Amino acid sequence: MKSEPTFKGILYLSAASTIFLLAGLFFTLLRHSLPSLKAFGFGMFYRSVWNPVSGDFGAFPFIVGTLFTAFLALAFCTPFALAISLLLGEYWRGTTWSGILQTLIEVPAGIPSVIYGFWGLFLVVPLIRSLESKLHVAPYGVGIFTASVILSIMIIPYAASLMIETIKLVPYDLKEAAYSLGATRVEVIRNVVLPYARSGVFAGILLALGRALGETMAVTMVIGNSNFIPKSIFAPANTMASIIANEFTEASDPLHLSSLIEVGVLLFFLTMVINMIGKAIIRRTVSGAYG
Amino acid sequence: MESAILKTENLSAFFGSQCVIKSVNLEFPKNNVTAIMGPSGCGKTTLIRCMNRMHELVPGASTSGKILLNDEDLNAINPILVRRKVGMVFQRPNPFPTMSIYDNVIAGYKLNGIRKKRAEFDRIVEESLKKAALWDEVKNTLHRKGTFLSGGQQQRLCIARALAMNPEAILLDEPTSALDPKATSLIEELIGELEKSITIIIVTHNTAQAARISEYTAFMYLGEMVEFGNTEKLFTVPKHKKTEEYLTGKFG
Repeated sequence: MKSEPTFKGILYLSAASTIFLLAGLFFTLLRHSLPSLKAFGFGMFYRSVWNPVSGDFGAFPFIVGTLFTAFLALAFCTPFALAISLLLGEYWRGTTWSGILQTLIEVPAGIPSVIYGFWGLFLVVPLIRSLESKLHVAPYGVGIFTASVILSIMIIPYAASLMIETIKLVPYDLKEAAYSLGATRVEVIRNVVLPYARSGVFAGILLALGRALGETMAVTMVIGNSNFIPKSIFAPANTMASIIANEFTEASDPLHLSSLIEVGVLLFFLTMVINMIGKAIIRRTVSGAYG
Repeated sequence: MESAILKTENLSAFFGSQCVIKSVNLEFPKNNVTAIMGPSGCGKTTLIRCMNRMHELVPGASTSGKILLNDEDLNAINPILVRRKVGMVFQRPNPFPTMSIYDNVIAGYKLNGIRKKRAEFDRIVEESLKKAALWDEVKNTLHRKGTFLSGGQQQRLCIARALAMNPEAILLDEPTSALDPKATSLIEELIGELEKSITIIIVTHNTAQAARISEYTAFMYLGEMVEFGNTEKLFTVPKHKKTEEYLTGKFG
């Protein structure tokens, strides 16, 4: 039984090293963003000018762009993800088709995002462009709306696969109890399945949101790369991730580089805060269901 | 015999092509307790699940023959109405974990989208919980989750939930098999109280329980109805050899 302390030691070491890495990552980012922090202070949060030529940097347009695209993508994705998971997790539960389709739904999660970007440029952008000219708005084709459409497709697998699993876990006893009281299938889904599975459904949405907030490549390719606060959902914009990807290689001015890194720190915090809020909501719904 | 509320005529039930109930003819007398007993796998649960058309929810399940509810063909009635008229309580207590005790009792109304005045629901909740002998234990915690209750209390909550729909009959599928002896005897007492106003069909593999609480007993074996009759007679002078063997513990 000598291996016991060694094994435990390895576990401790691995756990400690993840925390160490996270702290290291954070401090490196913070150290490199010091010049910009000194120059603009908390102005980075709310100032809406981003001008590499004059050396003036404020990240507000990108915060807006990030939240806008991510939540719009979530709004597109949620109904589809929920519909898919009810079909596969409830209506077709346990059938061969359900298994095959569930695997197929998870495949897109493995496609590199640059491919989504290409697909978006060649297929979605022209479609949105013709939609825009019908709606009499400036037909850029690229912009927040396009980015959100691509993002929503990219995040469906994340939301749906977790939702399917939770919906499958709803005990048959409970559904049977509802049927025995004269409920129809829709009533069973609305009053028994969804309330029971709600924490999992919410967790799926949250997972998808986290992915949408940080997605870089595909968004950079179709968002239009404009450094101004977007005026409409069709306007070109930039997200925090896309501005970094776009300008990082050409940032020769140290203050420019440092500002981009500070945007990275902001993104780091934004995703962390949204995750924490989400987890708190999950905890509340779970305790609501069982305790 | 009193008038029958539920009647089966040559009822057979299938899962796919497998026949689990073979041509059963039975009459369940009104406002009495009828026990259905038999060894595991004899089809007793399937039989009562035909009575509220729950059997057909299983993919591939089907029936042939006829069931009459107050002389009306059960298959001609909307299954949703059937299930409101013929309530069911399951083997394992299954109150809805996302609902309070109060909402559990009126779950049938809520699920079906039937709206009533608050006072009306209050009355239904109190009445049903009193009928299920649970009112005194939960009257101060009506708005807490039903999952806090003990197993026996949960099962009585499920009985209250079935009674709240004002059914003509309730089907009990081994309602005490997951409960301890004390909770079991409480439920048995309750059944004795309920049968004054409602028809009860109870599935049990516990012969002593069948003897204690029922007026009529049906004995099933391998999907067939072997013997049906007055409980006292069936237990003291069984007509069939199989019944006698089962009662004396030779199999089952």
